[in-house]
Amino acid sequence: MRALRSLAPFLLGAPVFWLVQCYAPPTLAIVLLMAGVNVILAVSLNMVNGFTGQFSLGHAGFMAIGAYTTAKITLALGDPAGGVPPWLWSNGVFLLALLAGMGLSALMGLMVGVPSLRLRGDYLAIVTLGFNEIIRVLIENVRWLGGATGISGVPPYTTLVWVGLAALATVVTAQRLLCSTHGRAMLSVREDEVAAEAMGVDTVGYKVRAFALSAAFAGLGGGLLGHYILLVTPKSFTFVKSIEVVVMVVLGGMGSISGATLAAVLLTGALELMRGLDQYRMVMYSLLLVVLMLARPTGLFGTREIWEFWGAKKKKAAA
Amino acid sequence: MKKTLSALLAAALLSSPAAAQDPILIGVIGSLTGAEATYGLSTRHGVELAIEELNSKGGLKGRMFAAKVYDDQGKPEEAATATTRLVSQDKVAIVLGEVASSRSLAMAPIAEANKVPMITPSSTNPRVTKDGGKVRQWVFRVCFIDPFQGTVMAKWARESLKLERVAILRDVGNDYSMGLSDFFTAKFKELGGTILADESYKAGDQDFKAQLTSLKGKKPQAIYTPGYYTDVALIARQARELNMNMPLLGGDGWDSSKLYEIGGSALDGYYFSNHYSTDDPSPAIQNFIKTYKAKYKETPDALAALAYDAMLITADAMGRATAPTGEPLRKAIAATKGFKGVTGVITLDADHNAVKPAVILKITGKKPGYAGTIKP
Repeated sequence: MRALRSLAPFLLGAPVFWLVQCYAPPTLAIVLLMAGVNVILAVSLNMVNGFTGQFSLGHAGFMAIGAYTTAKITLALGDPAGGVPPWLWSNGVFLLALLAGMGLSALMGLMVGVPSLRLRGDYLAIVTLGFNEIIRVLIENVRWLGGATGISGVPPYTTLVWVGLAALATVVTAQRLLCSTHGRAMLSVREDEVAAEAMGVDTVGYKVRAFALSAAFAGLGGGLLGHYILLVTPKSFTFVKSIEVVVMVVLGGMGSISGATLAAVLLTGALELMRGLDQYRMVMYSLLLVVLMLARPTGLFGTREIWEFWGAKKKKAAA
Repeated sequence: MKKTLSALLAAALLSSPAAAQDPILIGVIGSLTGAEATYGLSTRHGVELAIEELNSKGGLKGRMFAAKVYDDQGKPEEAATATTRLVSQDKVAIVLGEVASSRSLAMAPIAEANKVPMITPSSTNPRVTKDGGKVRQWVFRVCFIDPFQGTVMAKWARESLKLERVAILRDVGNDYSMGLSDFFTAKFKELGGTILADESYKAGDQDFKAQLTSLKGKKPQAIYTPGYYTDVALIARQARELNMNMPLLGGDGWDSSKLYEIGGSALDGYYFSNHYSTDDPSPAIQNFIKTYKAKYKETPDALAALAYDAMLITADAMGRATAPTGEPLRKAIAATKGFKGVTGVITLDADHNAVKPAVILKITGKKPGYAGTIKP
């Protein structure tokens, strides 16, 4: 029964995503796809910036690791072998490659996190920013990774179903984590690190765990993105990309999973709707951010979730 | 909440106005915002000027052209999204763009998959039209490619300047600079010259004295530095400070008015290869420069000229094709031969690259002047 409950979102989600993939007009499908990738990125960054209250600016670096690892594997295992049907082969390889990308990203997250998570606030931001740049510059200088132009000819494996399920997995993981002992410990680190330490919470340990998990899902987002634009280039993973994700998290409300999800969908959609405005688009986009932040300084939902608002309304009506 | 939003989004994306006499839609993608905004704006201006002139002459057999321009903020994923939108929703006949090869590389597979022709005015990386030995059927370019530009300068240095010993200073983080340097080296050696040294830097470096001092000791007759203008301007100044009087040679990455602002008189006597020269006395070029200046109050750079040519080639191919879209248009573009554009006489080869001469410019008094033409 419990297994069924944890599988339910995916069993319900898969046919919905498949239907959308088959019947949505291509432009809408692409906006949904980009929104899905952004949901993965925002919700995963939320595990660090929202849950534990640390400030990471290196999300794009982990995306790059995931994207390059995934692309290298799918390119190496491009042709079906041993009489496996092509669709099964490509999806199997993709799953394997994505998992490998997530693993490597998590490992790098651990390597960066262990020494740097002893730092707090602004200091951690600088370290992660530096990490992001190191990754990008390294890739630009390695010819095996395609140098500055990157790897082209990546197979088109990313579909709406893949992105939808991956986004669901990210959201479900974040939600389950938040409700668990580990999640509570992370929140206590955010609220008051000294008090948490005094209560026996291994603050550095929990920060590192959140960081590694967040890195893994960033890698997943990167891998999906690379197999959608069919090109993995260091230009996709500059620190500007990291900032974009931070904006989504802050706009949604630090620590709010539904907030980060909604902000990612909202910002991706808004940017696409305003495409007709040409060069004024970025002005309008920035203006939108300023207005939203002034209207709701703690983000769309603050640290709460969307359903908590419905609950509050019902209580008010009853009273 | 999410459902309503996506429904709204769908409604907004689906609604497209229908006109009685539909113009031929030309999709343009460029970096109108971001760090490389001038690239996108030049491209846009070039295409729009060409469309204006074509329409004043009656368009394509009475049907007008109209440009649909989308910004990509200089990001590959945005370029991919914008291309999908152009081909699937706006139903453009052709996509023109991008300048940077990384963004054209993100656009090319989408043009291929949707069977919509795409012409990149100024992406010089060979992989844009030919990836892994396979020519992309729907993707073309109207500029020459990196290998050609490297060999052009090698020929100029060896045959016109009669140089024997040359050194190289390349930007290691830049495929463009690496490609040009490699092809320069190969051609220069083939023509009997010697490469004395091969030093490198990283874009954004401020101090180049260590590399320059090392090169100075080897006494080269010239230094090939195919980088971008910001770095090259600093290299030029520091070379003069070290009393190095040999000329620097470069590629089209030098082409920017910023080069002269930063480099000043240190650049005198230097040479670089480019797509066209504003000095060229031919009436077609002078006319283009005059109308461009009148409309946009600035001298057109090579990117604007290439975009202008890309649009004219599109119109020319549409005139020859049985239908101004799809397969007939693709075939007509591929058959482009001896087209007289602003950036030279353009013929597309089997790999969909433009075969055309490059010009060599010599800088004197903070201005590039026409020095010669190298034919392919």
